[in-house]
Amino acid sequence: MEHIELFFKSIFIDNMVFATFLGMCSYLAVSKKVTTAVGLGAAVIFVLAVTVPLNWLLDQYILKDGALAWLGPEFASYDLSFLSFIMFIATIATMVQLVEIIVEKFSPALYNSLGIFLPLIAVNCAILGGSLFMQSREIPTLGLALTYGVGSGIGWFLAILAIAAIREKIRYSSVPPALRGLGITFIITGLMAIGFMSFGGMLTGGDEKPAEKPAVEAVIKKQEIKKDTKEIVAKNTTLNE
Amino acid sequence: MGLLSKKDTALLTDPLADNNPITIQVLGICSALAITAELKASIVMAVSVMFVLGLGNVVISLMRNIIPSKIRIIVQLVVVAALVIIVDLVLKAFAYELSKTLSVFVGLIITNCIIMGRFEAFALGNSPWRSFLDGIGNAAGYGLILVIVGFFRELLGSGTLLGFKVLGDPIEKSGLYAIGYENNGFMLLSPMALIVVGMIIWIQRSRNKALIEEN
Repeated sequence: MEHIELFFKSIFIDNMVFATFLGMCSYLAVSKKVTTAVGLGAAVIFVLAVTVPLNWLLDQYILKDGALAWLGPEFASYDLSFLSFIMFIATIATMVQLVEIIVEKFSPALYNSLGIFLPLIAVNCAILGGSLFMQSREIPTLGLALTYGVGSGIGWFLAILAIAAIREKIRYSSVPPALRGLGITFIITGLMAIGFMSFGGMLTGGDEKPAEKPAVEAVIKKQEIKKDTKEIVAKNTTLNE
Repeated sequence: MGLLSKKDTALLTDPLADNNPITIQVLGICSALAITAELKASIVMAVSVMFVLGLGNVVISLMRNIIPSKIRIIVQLVVVAALVIIVDLVLKAFAYELSKTLSVFVGLIITNCIIMGRFEAFALGNSPWRSFLDGIGNAAGYGLILVIVGFFRELLGSGTLLGFKVLGDPIEKSGLYAIGYENNGFMLLSPMALIVVGMIIWIQRSRNKALIEEN
């Protein structure tokens, strides 16, 4: 149940393109034809499905606060999470390279259709964004991380497929000259994003809390903790004196 | 301007309008849209990108002759990631609340196409000083769009600018609200960013016919 919920949530509610605007660069650049869009979309699903679980493992066993405890109790106090950007991007870049080599070796037909898109993907924000959201939303298990990766990949695939189809059709309409190409694509994407917002109530029945609230609460808590620690420090110093 | 020759000035000013990274080169759109609901966040994002792009361009330009071309993407990613970690830690230390609003988008500067795009297109073939100017110019062009979008979205969406209530107080019904003005909460939702950028592109292209595309 958990898996199905996260799966649909990552496809529709938290859609990579329409809710968080990730991977917009390639979304705009490679959406002129449906066939190429399908190729890139498939490559994104594939790479997200591989890198999100991989980065989940990295985060859980190396980067998180106290994650190194498995090495021994003296390592438990390390917090390497500041390294996560560089680790994630390195994993992604190497994985993309690896996937490219493997696909070229074992399935030349697939390589011919996906090949040119794979290097593009290393710098696609959707891929790094998938891993960063996985980290910031604290996805609990490896299985869920895989579901999240595949789900967000499919969401991105659907988005680029839809815009490519619309752009193929819109060629025959009379768009104002200054709006042709990029401008109208932006506006269509905006309208599609508004449409996708209606999926928001799909799983919760509409009583979902707005996303900003927890963040604010976290900030307040943090400030309180800071205050508390300050007071404790002050007490300690007075005691010492 | 003894420091800047004519060519150098062009490097700084071209990206502001006719070669704008967002509206013309179509680079770095991901982060431009998600964080522009407030003017303050847009400004911080613009400054962060300027820091990363300016310094990154210099570093890449200094190393341009010793980077093997096959692994240059990885080298570039490592340079950007290191700079972004600095920005992220500084933001967390001095502006914790803001770094919460920006959430993962600071990290996403790494894959911001604007950065890789300028590295590939400019820093790999030019001297450090010119690359630095190019970086600053492009980041400024990017920041300009961000600030425009952030300005309109905050002004129309919540009636404030940088948190100041410029249109009066909606609860006490002062200022514009006294005559029945209402905030358009829709502007705060992310899809509106796309439409505002679309409008900017529209205005820019109808002023400069040379930029119009062939569908």
